[in-house]
Amino acid sequence: MSWIDIGHIDDIPLRGARVVKTPVGCVGLFRTGEAEVFAASNSCPHKGGPLSEGIVHGQKVTCPLHNWVFDLNSGEALGEDARIAIYPVRLDAGRILLDGAAVGKRSAA
Amino acid sequence: MTEEKQKLIVIGAGMASGRVLEHLTETDRDAYDITLFNAEPRGNYNRIMLSPVLSGEKTYEEIVTHDDAWYAEAGVSCRFGERIAGIDTTAKTVTSETGEVLAYDKLLFGTGSNPFMILLPGHDLHGVIAYRDLEDTQRMMAMGPDNKVVVIGGGLLGLEAAAGMAARGVDVTVVHIMGHLMERQLDEAAGYLLRKSLEEKGITILCGANSKEILGGDGRVRALMLDDGTELPCDLLVMAVGIRPNVALAQDAGLAVGRGIHVDDQMLTSVEDVLAVGECVEHDGAVFGLVAPLYDQAKVAAQTLLGEEAAFVQKSLSTKLKVTGCDLFSAGDFAEGEGREDIVFRDPSRGVYKRLVIEDDKLVGAVMYGDTADGNWFFGLIKDGTDISEMRETLIFGPAYQGGSPVDPLSAVAALPPEAEICGCSGICKSTITDAIAGGATDLGAVRATTKASASCGTCTGLVEQLLQVTLGDDFQMPAAQSVCGCTDLTHEDVRRLIKSQELKSQPAVWQELGWTTPNGCHVCRPAVNFYLLADWPLEYRDDPQSRFVNERKHANIQKDGTFSVVPRMWGGITNPDELRAIADAAEKYDVPTVKVTGGQRIDLLGVKGEDLPYIWADLNKAGLVSGHAYSKGLRTVKTCVGTDHCRFGTQDSTGLGIKLEKVLWGSWTPHKLKLAVSGCPRNCAEATCKDIGVVCVDSGYQISIGGAAGMDVKETELLVQVPTEEEAIEVIMAVTQAYREGAKYLDRIYKWLAKVGMEWVKAQVVEDLDNRRALAERFELSQSIYRKDPWAERAKEPAPFAPLANLELEAAE
Repeated sequence: MSWIDIGHIDDIPLRGARVVKTPVGCVGLFRTGEAEVFAASNSCPHKGGPLSEGIVHGQKVTCPLHNWVFDLNSGEALGEDARIAIYPVRLDAGRILLDGAAVGKRSAA
Repeated sequence: MTEEKQKLIVIGAGMASGRVLEHLTETDRDAYDITLFNAEPRGNYNRIMLSPVLSGEKTYEEIVTHDDAWYAEAGVSCRFGERIAGIDTTAKTVTSETGEVLAYDKLLFGTGSNPFMILLPGHDLHGVIAYRDLEDTQRMMAMGPDNKVVVIGGGLLGLEAAAGMAARGVDVTVVHIMGHLMERQLDEAAGYLLRKSLEEKGITILCGANSKEILGGDGRVRALMLDDGTELPCDLLVMAVGIRPNVALAQDAGLAVGRGIHVDDQMLTSVEDVLAVGECVEHDGAVFGLVAPLYDQAKVAAQTLLGEEAAFVQKSLSTKLKVTGCDLFSAGDFAEGEGREDIVFRDPSRGVYKRLVIEDDKLVGAVMYGDTADGNWFFGLIKDGTDISEMRETLIFGPAYQGGSPVDPLSAVAALPPEAEICGCSGICKSTITDAIAGGATDLGAVRATTKASASCGTCTGLVEQLLQVTLGDDFQMPAAQSVCGCTDLTHEDVRRLIKSQELKSQPAVWQELGWTTPNGCHVCRPAVNFYLLADWPLEYRDDPQSRFVNERKHANIQKDGTFSVVPRMWGGITNPDELRAIADAAEKYDVPTVKVTGGQRIDLLGVKGEDLPYIWADLNKAGLVSGHAYSKGLRTVKTCVGTDHCRFGTQDSTGLGIKLEKVLWGSWTPHKLKLAVSGCPRNCAEATCKDIGVVCVDSGYQISIGGAAGMDVKETELLVQVPTEEEAIEVIMAVTQAYREGAKYLDRIYKWLAKVGMEWVKAQVVEDLDNRRALAERFELSQSIYRKDPWAERAKEPAPFAPLANLELEAAE
C-alpha cells in the first residue's frame, strides 16, 4: 500500500462526497459518518451517472440518474447484477489517505 | 548481611502510577525503596470522579484514593507539591526543583496529560480554565445561579462539566464544533437523545459552532464570540476540548517521544530502567484517556518492576457518561471499518435507541441510549469476538431473548390479553379495538374514527393493523407500499403531522422519535423529510444540501453526460440587451455547446462542466442575473404576456404583476415544482390555465385559479377566487402557496394535493377566512426572509467544493 494524503475529512460534508481524479478514472470519496469515508468508482455501471453527486445514506450511495443503490463496503449494486470498484482508504488524525497503488499510481521511487 | 533495597522514583501521583504502587506494595512491600513526586500538592485521588464532586453528589474527601495513612503504611516517601527539574539517565539521578539530587535504580513516569487549550485570541484572560484537576473543579463550584458559563467542547469531559454546573443552577451553554455531541462515542441518533435530555436540564447546546475569539474586560473573560458574530456572555469559560500527553520532562531527559512517551509491551521506555504508564504514554501508536487500559498498564509495569513476565495488550473500550439521568453506553468500533452491517432498534416513546454493528458474524460495536442494561453483555460479545450468527435475529433484544424461537409479531399480538394497552396516547386497550372491528370498523381509518386509537402520535399504527389482520384474517389487506419508504412504516401524511405535533426540528429527531429503521434514512425519505422540516420550522431548521437531489444541491440541472444546465432568472420573461450580452459572453467563455430558449420564457445554457458552475454564476451575477431555480422543487417561473403595456386587448398590467409575483415567490421551496403565469386578458396568451397557479386578468380584476398541469397529466386549472386588486391577488397566491407547502405530500404537484384536500377546503382557508389568509401569507413571508436570496451568489464565493478534492492524474503522467 502507498498511502497518499488527499485532503481533510472536513473537506467532504457529512453524508456528502467529493471526487479525486486518478489514473484509473474519477474516484468518489463518500463520507458516511463523522469519521468514516469510503472510496469507490465515481461511475455508475448502468448509464455512467456520477455517483459522488448521489445521496449518501447509511453506508450506501444512490446514483443521481436512475436511483441505483450501491453498498460502499462491497461495491455491489442492490438488486442489480453489477458492481463498482472500491479502493482502500483510511483516516489518520482527520487526514484522508487513499491507496495510491490501487488507483494506478506508481510509487515514488 | 542485608542487601540494600533498590530505589524506585515515581514522577506523578495519578491514577495509573497509584495503581502501580498498589500492585507493587501488595505483592512485595520490601522490593523497593519508593519516593513519589507530585506537582499537585496532594496525593492520588480518583480524577474521573471530579464530575460528581462538581455536581455536589460527592465530596473531595470521598474520592481520595490514597491518603497519608495509606502512603505511610505502604512505606512510600511523598514529595507532594515538588516538581522534578531534571533527569540524568546516565548517572541515574533526578534533580528536584529544590536542587536536591536523588539516585534511582528504576524510574517510573506517570506524568499524565495536560488539557489542550485552543489558542483563541483571549485564551489567557482571567476566568478561562480547563477541566482537569481539583483547582479547576473548585473554580466551577464557585459558580451559582447568578452566573453564566460557556463550555467549549461537547465531549465526555465538557458535558460532565456542563451538567455538574447546571445542577448548581448555573446558566450553562455548551459550544461544540461538530454536528452532534460526543461524536467519537455516539452516532447522530444517540447524540440527538443526549442533547435532548441535557437541554431538559436547562443546558443550552450549540452544535456546529465555531469559536472565534474570547472577549474580555479588565483582563477578565466577558464573552465568547462565535465566527458568525454571536456573543455568548460568560463569567467563566471552560475549555474541555481534549488532552495531550505530558511529555516535556521525558523529552528533556532524552526518552523517545512521539505523541506520548514511547513504551513497549512491558511499559519500558527507550531508556534502560525507565518505565512509563498512564496518559503520558504512547503504545503501538495509541494514546490513552480512559481508565481501563491505564489500570492494565499499571499491572504490567508493576510486574515488570518485580521481574515478572507480563505484556500490555490494547483492548476494545466502553464508555459511560457520568451525568445523572443520561443513560448512555458506547463500546467498540461503531464508526469505522468496512464490510459492516447495522441493526437498529428504536423505541421513541421510551426514548430508547440501540445500534449494533456487525462484521463477519461478530459484534464489533454497540451504541445505546436510554436503556443500557444489556451494555455489558454486548461489550462481552465484542471483547470475546463471539460468533453471533445463530442469534442474529434477536441479538438486539439482549441476553433474555437468546435461545428461544423467533417471535412472530402476529402471534404476539394475538396472545395479548384483552385489557392490554395498544394506544398509549388515548389509553385504548385491545378489546376496545377488537370490539370496534367486530362492529364494522374494518380498516385503519374506521378504527381511528371510532376508537381514537392510533389517531394521535401514530406509533401504534402497526399494532392496530396487526389487530385488524388477526381479527379479520384474509378480509383485511395489510396496507402496502404506502409508507414513505423502507425506512419507516409511516405515511407521508403521518410524518408531516408528527413533525408538527411533536415539534421535531431536526432529521435525527425525526429518525429517532418516529422509529426509523435505518441509521439516517435513504434517498427516498431524506429529501422529503428535509423539505417537511424546512417548511414547518423555517427559522429553527437549516436546509441540508446532503438530503437533496443533485440538481438542488448543485443549483443546476444534471444532464445525461454529467454536465449541467444553467438557467438565469428573467423576471416575468422580461430581459434587456445587457443581460443578453452577459449570457452570450458566458456561453462563449465556458464553451457552452447548446443555448436554448425554454418554455418558461428564459434562456438555458446546456453542457456546463460542474467545476465551472461557480465561475459562470459569478459572471452572470455581475450582470445582475440570478438563479432561475430551473432545477428546484420550488418556484420556477412566472410566465407573462405583454398586457396593457403593448397589447390592444390587455385589461391589466400582466407583465408587471408577473414580475411582482416572481419577486415575492422566488427562492421558496415547495413540495414539487411550482409554475405560474399571468395572462392580460381571457385570450390567455401566457397559457395561465394549465399552470400550477394561473392568473387571468379581466376588466374588473384578477381571476386566480389553481391545479393546472401540462406534463404527464394535462389539467385545466379550477377557479379559486376573483379579486379586484393586485395586492389581494398577491396575498391570495402567497397564502395558497403556503397552504400547499404546509400540507402537501412531497412530490405532489398542486393538482394532486387539490384532489386530496378538495377545492372547498382551500377556499375556506384562503378565500373565506381573511384572518387565516393573512396568517398563511405571513408564515410564507417569514420563510422567505430566509430563502429569498440567490443561491448562486452564495456559492460563487466558495468555488472549492465544486472542484475535485485532489488530482492524482497529473503526477502519474510525469
